[in-house]
Amino acid sequence: MTKPELESAILRALKKIAPEAELTDIDENEPLQQAFDIDSFDYLNLLVALRDELGVTIEEADYDKLRTLKDMVSFLLPRVSRE
Amino acid sequence: MPSLGADMEDGTLLLWKVHPGDRVKRGDIIAEVGTDKGDIEVEVFEDGVVKKLLVEEGTDVPVGQVLAIIENDETDASPAPEAKAARVKASPVAKKLAEERGLDLHTIHGTGPAGAITRDDVEKATGEKRPARPKTEKRPSGDNLSKMRHAIAVAMARSNREIPHYYLETRIDLKRALDWLAEENKKLPLEDRMLPVVLLLKAVARSLKDVPELNGFWVDDGLQKSEAVHIGFAIALRKGGLVTPAIHDVDQKTLSDIMKALEDLIPRARVGRLRSSEMTDATITVTSLGELGVETVHGVIYPPQVGLVGLGKILEQPWAENGMLGIRPVLSATIAGDHRATDGRRGAQFLDALARYLRDPEKL
Repeated sequence: MTKPELESAILRALKKIAPEAELTDIDENEPLQQAFDIDSFDYLNLLVALRDELGVTIEEADYDKLRTLKDMVSFLLPRVSRE
Repeated sequence: MPSLGADMEDGTLLLWKVHPGDRVKRGDIIAEVGTDKGDIEVEVFEDGVVKKLLVEEGTDVPVGQVLAIIENDETDASPAPEAKAARVKASPVAKKLAEERGLDLHTIHGTGPAGAITRDDVEKATGEKRPARPKTEKRPSGDNLSKMRHAIAVAMARSNREIPHYYLETRIDLKRALDWLAEENKKLPLEDRMLPVVLLLKAVARSLKDVPELNGFWVDDGLQKSEAVHIGFAIALRKGGLVTPAIHDVDQKTLSDIMKALEDLIPRARVGRLRSSEMTDATITVTSLGELGVETVHGVIYPPQVGLVGLGKILEQPWAENGMLGIRPVLSATIAGDHRATDGRRGAQFLDALARYLRDPEKL
């Protein structure tokens, strides 16, 4: 999977969690929870949606590594490239 | 029309979900009503057969007006949805007043917590309605958000006007609780993992069983303690506003059950699909603002409840124990208490119990 494909997959997962969110002009360094006003329940559901999209299960110990879109791409890209 | 909030005066019957002749059982959704706090699904409180729908869809209806007749399986027709129940809930003052005036409580519509009959209800039934409480502002006719803002304004103004609040705060070391939760979550599939708030809610519920004076209502100048622990969980809506639907019987639920209840409740709260019992049954409110970075919450009690628990952000902080200094995840927990119902000692006992339960998470 390429980086643009991964970003699209992440945005699709985000859209499932926050359907009303505007996904254009995202600051890749802004924490997703602030950018999309999502709480910890939404965040957990986002991880489920990412697993469904990408087949990657994220461990609880790694949650803090996935706060921004940039974090997510950096963390997930090597894992989906291996798939 | 059930009373679905502290100062709800009326609602709009939006939709009937039953027809005359339909059989219904306790807990079935029979109608949707529009209120200042959103659209609410009205449940029926006993089994029976719908005999007659008394209100047309689209009609504004004052609280207390009968919406439909449901024929009980054993008895004659009775009003619904807050229909005649085997055991009538009423405040001690209301019971005494009804007895003095020779009134059968079964014939009086209750507008108090969970449909309980209050002194006002008895006085209304005898035609001695007291003067209406002065309104703080004119009810707006704008969109749902401004109506919700109005509902919150009325309830909170009433709280500040009537409830002498006291506040207590404590810091709780959550290291054991969070470590235990992380280990439990490792055993669970992703979708079943639990969040720390689940532990906190269960610990609040257990603590309320130890200090029941904080779990209940101030009605007719007296405290009505509640056996059941129904926690109103404050949920902020993305478009603004706040709802506090009840999670029922939290003390009896497993941690996993509480997580499932929240996963069910939060999306429904956001799209306005709450049920009438969820709007009326809360015996205490928990407000958790830690995710927004708030360290300490000093909340306003939702009348007629007598307590509000505030949960702040879990922060890594220096923590001294046994002469050693370390870094621990620390929660600031507060209790706002109604000083008419309890004093600071009870509040302190509650916070002490909360810290104790969170030190032994495996027992939750």
